[in-house]
Amino acid sequence: MVNSDATPAQSPAAGPQGPAAIDVAHLIKLYKTTRAVDDVSFRIKRGSITGLLGGNGAGKTTTIAMIMGLVLPTSGRVQVLGHAMPEQSAEVLGRMNFESPYVDMPMRLTVRQNLTIFGRLYAVKDLAERIDQLASDLDLKDFLDRANGKLSAGQKTRVALAKALINQPELLLLDEPTASLDPDTADWVRRHLLDYCRTHDATILLASHNMLEVERLCDRVIIMKRGRIEDDDSPDQIMARYNRTTLEDVFLDVARGRVAEGTSS
Amino acid sequence: MSEITVHRAISWHRIQAMVLRYWYLLMSSWPRLLELIYWPALQIITWGFLQNYISQNDSFFARAGGTLIGAVILWDILFRGQLGFSISFLEEMWARNLGNLMMSPLKPIEFLISLMIMSLIRLAIGVIPMTLLALFFFDFNFFAIGLPLIAFFCNLIFTSWSVGIFVSGLVLRNGLGAESIVWTLMFGLMPLACIYYPVAVLPGWLQYIAWTLPPTYVFEGMRALLIDHVFRADLMVWSLGINAVLFVASFAIFLALLRSAKHHGSLLGGGE
Repeated sequence: MVNSDATPAQSPAAGPQGPAAIDVAHLIKLYKTTRAVDDVSFRIKRGSITGLLGGNGAGKTTTIAMIMGLVLPTSGRVQVLGHAMPEQSAEVLGRMNFESPYVDMPMRLTVRQNLTIFGRLYAVKDLAERIDQLASDLDLKDFLDRANGKLSAGQKTRVALAKALINQPELLLLDEPTASLDPDTADWVRRHLLDYCRTHDATILLASHNMLEVERLCDRVIIMKRGRIEDDDSPDQIMARYNRTTLEDVFLDVARGRVAEGTSS
Repeated sequence: MSEITVHRAISWHRIQAMVLRYWYLLMSSWPRLLELIYWPALQIITWGFLQNYISQNDSFFARAGGTLIGAVILWDILFRGQLGFSISFLEEMWARNLGNLMMSPLKPIEFLISLMIMSLIRLAIGVIPMTLLALFFFDFNFFAIGLPLIAFFCNLIFTSWSVGIFVSGLVLRNGLGAESIVWTLMFGLMPLACIYYPVAVLPGWLQYIAWTLPPTYVFEGMRALLIDHVFRADLMVWSLGINAVLFVASFAIFLALLRSAKHHGSLLGGGE
């Protein structure tokens, strides 16, 4: 297991830019006898984009769910934007947002109605303007007054992304953000996320099976396997360590138990 | 949703947002609206004719005019109040929207208050036509009960909310596999709440249990009013006291079940 030396979890949460966006220390989640997450520690600095990689059952979703406060850890500590989760979640929930395939937007409501409700929940100022802006940015204008249930999978993904951006979050947690999108739209969404991250100094943690997406978007990759962190570094460093040219090959190496050069233990 | 911070300021804006969400949903679906009116109307017509029939043949019911119809309407306040609460909650489960809400700044207490408001709105849509039917078809003016009606209504709606909060917690913890409890639990109270008969009809030991239920006091109070023309304030006070305990207990249980759901990861699924 490799933990990032650049951002050791044992150090105090506050750095030169203030507290880390996410600070996870010795996180363990047991479901009866199954260790879904096994002593995971990492810190994610503000303004960065980090990819959480791993096969099915690697513990990515559980880790993200614990960061969001939807799942309580068996032991360990989670801090988000300098606040302990879930104890101080009221301090941060309005400053973060998420998108996940595990949730949907209400199907019978129109896109505008859905965004209005979430905008109000997040106390967004000038909400009508914000919705118009998102509709323009994410190309939702043509179906803003259509029921969510009548949208294509790609349109739904864009609406979910609009909901995730409604409050201009400082921290964005994304689970498969470009699933169901055609390559062109997916690329467009990725560029939008990058642009959002740069202009708002926002932090993104994303779980994805799309290695190309992770390579293009992320400046750091955390690879998980069987609930533990297998590797944690920049995409280039990880590919170099495994002597591979793509993250997909690295992913296959990790999944099939091949060990990175110089990290055998 | 932060469960730790229920004591902090409640946001009326967030409650309004949730009520608006359910209002949009209700207005977008005429079958949902029709269903709200259909069953109460069917109930009142069936029981109204039964009341008419037995009042012609039995001097007791002739004297106690409207007892059955009154009981049906009050039962519907209790039952529909809980359903109105629980169905709004289930809508979130069916829509797989609970995760979005849990991750938003919405607090559990705000969520529950919005469900209570929706239960009142749904109740009004169902019960007001019901009372008009009773008035025009069976010559029973439900609102002629007067001020005691407020006491009856408040006690019944508090009970319905307590049951609604409790079953919502169960569904939250156990997923939609526990959905049937939403539809059936209130019927479990029916025999003991003594809706259509006095508590004295029950065996002695069962009467003790019946008196632990707030609706029992309401239905007993209704009979005292309609048959003996006496308003039993003491019964209403007892009902209110037990309701207060039930309400606090159901909220505490809801929070405990929410916490348990977070421990078991139930919020990620929400399915069976």
